[in-house]
Amino acid sequence: MRTLLFLGIVVLAGTGGEIAVTHAMKQIGEVTSFTPRAILHVIGRAFRLGWMWFGFGLMAVAFFSLLALLSWENVSFVIPATALSYAAGAVGAKFFLGERINPLRWAGVLLVCAGVALVFVG
Amino acid sequence: MSATATSRTEPAALRIKTFVFIVLMIALGSAGDVLLSAGMKQVGEVDHGSLGALADAFWRTFTSGTVWLGIASLILFFVCYMLVLSWADLSFVLPASATSYAIVPLLGYALLGEFVSPMRWAGVALICLGVALVGLTPPSTTGARTPLPQTGGDD
Repeated sequence: MRTLLFLGIVVLAGTGGEIAVTHAMKQIGEVTSFTPRAILHVIGRAFRLGWMWFGFGLMAVAFFSLLALLSWENVSFVIPATALSYAAGAVGAKFFLGERINPLRWAGVLLVCAGVALVFVG
Repeated sequence: MSATATSRTEPAALRIKTFVFIVLMIALGSAGDVLLSAGMKQVGEVDHGSLGALADAFWRTFTSGTVWLGIASLILFFVCYMLVLSWADLSFVLPASATSYAIVPLLGYALLGEFVSPMRWAGVALICLGVALVGLTPPSTTGARTPLPQTGGDD
C-alpha cells in the first residue's frame, strides 16, 4: 500500500511537473545562445515564472518520493513501474500543451514504455 | 536564418541541436541516477516511524558525498532539460531520453562482459526501436512563439 501510494506520487507529480516546466520554457521561447552567461540568464528568467516554480515543486515531490521508494524497493521493481510516466507524459503533453502526437510518435512512446519495463524486469 | 512553421531555427539545425542536448541529458542523468542509487543504499532504508528517525535519515542523506555528486549531475541534467524544452516537444524529449535505460545494459555487456538476459535484450531492442520511431517525428509541433530577447550572452 505504501509502495503503491509512493509510485502514484512519483508518476503523477513527476508528469505534472514536466508539463509545468515545459509550459514555462515555451513561454521563454527557443534558446539560441549557449554561452554560460546566456544560459544563466535563461535560468534566471525561467525561475521568475510561476509555472517553473510549480513544476519544480511537483518534480521535487516526485524526486523525494522516488528516493524514499528506492530505500526499500529494488530499482528492478521501481523503474518498470515508473515507466508509465512516458505514456502519462505524452497524454499530458497532448492535452495540456497542445503537442501534435502522430501515430508514429504514439507507437514509439508505447514501445519505450514496454522496453523500459522489460529491461528492469529481465 | 529563415522562420519555419514551428521554430525560428532551420529544421535540420533544430534536429541536431535537440540531438546534442538529449545526448547530454542521457549522460548526466545516468551518472546522477547511479550516484544517487549508490548513495541512498549507503544511507539505508528510511524509517518513517518517528520524526527523529526521519531527521536522522535526512542528515545522513545530505552529508553523503556520493549523494551530492549525484545531485550535481542531476542539476546539470535539469539545465539541459530546461534548455531543450524551450524549443522541443515534451513528448519528443521524454521518450528519447529513455535511451539511457538501453545504454546501461549495452555498456555492461560490451565493456564489462556482464550477462544480459534475453528479456533484457528484448527491452533494449524495444527502447531503441521506440526512440527511433519518435526520432522520425518533428522535434517541435506546437507552433512558433516569439522568443523573448536573450540579452544574456549576445551583448
